[in-house]
Amino acid sequence: MATFGSFALIIALALAAYNLLAGALALRLIATGQPVRVSPERLADTARRAGIAGFIAVTGAAFALVYSVFTNDFSIAYILEHSNRALPAPYKFAALWSGQEGSLLLWAWLLAAYGFALRLLHKTDVKLYAYAGTILAGIQVFFLSVINFAAPPFSLLKGAIPEDGNGLNPLLQYPEMVIHPPMLYLGYVGFSVPFAFGLGALMMRYPGEKWIKITRVWTLVTWLFLSAGIFLGMHWAYAVLGWGGYWGWDPVENASFMPWLTGTAFLHSVMMQEKKGMMKSWNVWLIFATFLLTLLGTLLTRAGLVSSVHAFAQSSIGTWFYVFMIVVLATCIFTYILQRSHLKSDHHVESLVSRESSFLFNNLFLLTACFIILWGTLYPILSEYVEGSKVTVGPPFYNAVAVPIGLFLLFLTGVGPLLPWRSASLKAIKRNFVVPSAALWITVILCLAFGAKPWSDSGFEMGRFFALVGFSLSAAVFAAIASEFVRGSRVVAKQTGKNLLVSTWILTRRNTRRYGGYLAHIGLVIIIIGLCGAAFNRNQEKEMGLHDRLAIGPYVLECMGFSQDSNPNYDSEFAMLAASKNGGKAFQMSPEKRVYHASQQPQTMVAIHSTPFWDLYVVYEGVNPGTGQPIIKAFLNPLVGWIWGGFALLVFGTLVAIVPPLTPATASLRVPVRQPAATSAEPAVPGGRS
Amino acid sequence: MNPVRQRSFWMKSAQALFLGVAVCLSLGASDAGSRFTDLGHRLMCTCGCSQMLGECNHVGCPESDRMRGELRDDIAASMGDQEILNAFAAKYGVTVLAAPTTHGFNLVAWIAPFAVLAAGLLGTFLLVRHWSVGKTQLAQAGAGAQSVELDAIHEKIRRETGGDGGY
Repeated sequence: MATFGSFALIIALALAAYNLLAGALALRLIATGQPVRVSPERLADTARRAGIAGFIAVTGAAFALVYSVFTNDFSIAYILEHSNRALPAPYKFAALWSGQEGSLLLWAWLLAAYGFALRLLHKTDVKLYAYAGTILAGIQVFFLSVINFAAPPFSLLKGAIPEDGNGLNPLLQYPEMVIHPPMLYLGYVGFSVPFAFGLGALMMRYPGEKWIKITRVWTLVTWLFLSAGIFLGMHWAYAVLGWGGYWGWDPVENASFMPWLTGTAFLHSVMMQEKKGMMKSWNVWLIFATFLLTLLGTLLTRAGLVSSVHAFAQSSIGTWFYVFMIVVLATCIFTYILQRSHLKSDHHVESLVSRESSFLFNNLFLLTACFIILWGTLYPILSEYVEGSKVTVGPPFYNAVAVPIGLFLLFLTGVGPLLPWRSASLKAIKRNFVVPSAALWITVILCLAFGAKPWSDSGFEMGRFFALVGFSLSAAVFAAIASEFVRGSRVVAKQTGKNLLVSTWILTRRNTRRYGGYLAHIGLVIIIIGLCGAAFNRNQEKEMGLHDRLAIGPYVLECMGFSQDSNPNYDSEFAMLAASKNGGKAFQMSPEKRVYHASQQPQTMVAIHSTPFWDLYVVYEGVNPGTGQPIIKAFLNPLVGWIWGGFALLVFGTLVAIVPPLTPATASLRVPVRQPAATSAEPAVPGGRS
Repeated sequence: MNPVRQRSFWMKSAQALFLGVAVCLSLGASDAGSRFTDLGHRLMCTCGCSQMLGECNHVGCPESDRMRGELRDDIAASMGDQEILNAFAAKYGVTVLAAPTTHGFNLVAWIAPFAVLAAGLLGTFLLVRHWSVGKTQLAQAGAGAQSVELDAIHEKIRRETGGDGGY
């Protein structure tokens, strides 16, 4: 299988190279109109078919690696390092992306899959798709070169073949790890597609904004995958790492967040280009930056550039990525300089208080947030270069600098929909802002009344102050969006005579993009409410003997015993705790500590009891060697469930926005059409011309 | 309300707000437990796990328990927050601090984000102002040209019809 896999990768590289060269030549010939013996259109089509064949070749290589994992072929070094016989089947599948070589192969396969779909849909716009396909082939050549020459996944072991492998990293042996990395990769790799369309449209001086419309679904789907990857990663960190949190501002987490921010900015600012023909250069650079940031993210994860808990795979492939990033950046700059006259805006923003300027400020804050995260991630390298010592840029820095920016963004999320296009009158502003302002101040009063105060016994707490601002702004934004729904639904109700609920459904169906977007924004608001809850986290730690009790908030945990278990994959010890709320009915919680046989690495399995108000999160920290008693750490984390619930709504809203709207043309099909009295071909107006 | 009284009202409101915020900021005294939690989240574990000292929880960590013990001892010895941070930085190197310091070159780390935001805001304001002024001037110029054109048409109609052209 190793030979088959290696051969498939070489074939894939050859096909990608042909796709790139033949595609570029064909497009050049079409552009110059030079007479040649072979028709450029036919040459472009052979390039396209090579791309499709490339997908089959990369699929073959990916299959070979997965097959080798399942058949425990430890003659392949990668399989030996990332799998073992006792590894459960789903995690064997996860071994594909648990190491450097496999994850690069996954990247190449996903890129090939995206390219395959793109090449099949080429009839939408043959020339634009040919440009995009050729650019994707260029990216694929890079990844396949890295896989073939720098990080081959099918390298064979020298010497005797061991009986069993080293096993999968225990941190990855969790159900979400089977889906989190592919989602993140689908997001990362997916941004190659809008990038290819953006660069291709600029290269060919594509007339109009149709390319934006074509790439909209690609961008939304990609953005959704990246969002899903990030949130699954957060949930995994929460459930597995056992520190009670879900986001640690780790460089690798940051690496996934940066393209998400620029991608979000792009999704918003392309609306200005579609509606008003504005911000063309800006949008092109946003998509260029997003793609470059996905490459940077991959580099950070692999090159050992910054220290990270997630940096599973470190190697010397950094140089390859540096060179590729420079080539991509140079291509972008060169193409932009050459074609910038094509990107002149049709209109400009007319007023500071308008929907357009709210988009501008939204972009400004998103990009500032991105800069802050990039700055914080790379600052240790800069400080080492300047001062000779590497400083740490951890959560205190980001919480102080990035959180206020996030709150401004939340504010703009509410303000944007309330402002009309072009400019807003003072009267309109007053009318639209009454309800959100009222919601904001009522929430401030309620929060203070119910104890969500920015000060505590230990003084003023900035985190709690930010949380108060976050809660209040969330209420205001929710009121703003809800009032938009109510306003629209009333109009529909008046037109159709349906009730408000049905009218809201019809309203959303008629403009899925707008109202799907609003639903996604409500999801974001719910997520932010959940994030604000972290300011009120509590924790308790105790050595617990039999029937010892630990109280935290309204809960009491009573130790009912400790036990051990073993299976072919790991040994575990776990606590059996009876938890009860306010003396009510008890339920059992069993936090666990595992030690995996193959790797001899320990792993925490947290016990979580979730309610809409808070999570009771219990960690088995191990046994105190001095006393022989186990240590239990309990956290009471308010509103964490809102983060996952808000994410579900964000996904739903985005899916609604992707669904084509019930356009007036199709809507008319559902309305009974009045039949004309006569079906004669006579003109309707006597004497009129036919 | 006359303007002087109105100004005085706003001044008093601003003073009250300022006083309120100042009181909030200085409220309460830090106890040892909350200082431990706070400082534990301003220091990093040095075992290479990249976690904050207050959150490092992996089994058999060779550093975090000992470091937390040192932190407890320092707090018990009535050392100030900055004094404790300096002592840790002197012992373990600056990487033990969870955020860059606010002096020397590291001040750049804190200033740069706000400088970029300020520059971005200023740039956006100026750009939008430039566009809106340009638009107004264009509209005025357009209106001027249009009125000259209209006058010419009126004059032509007047001459050709021998009257006022029906206006």
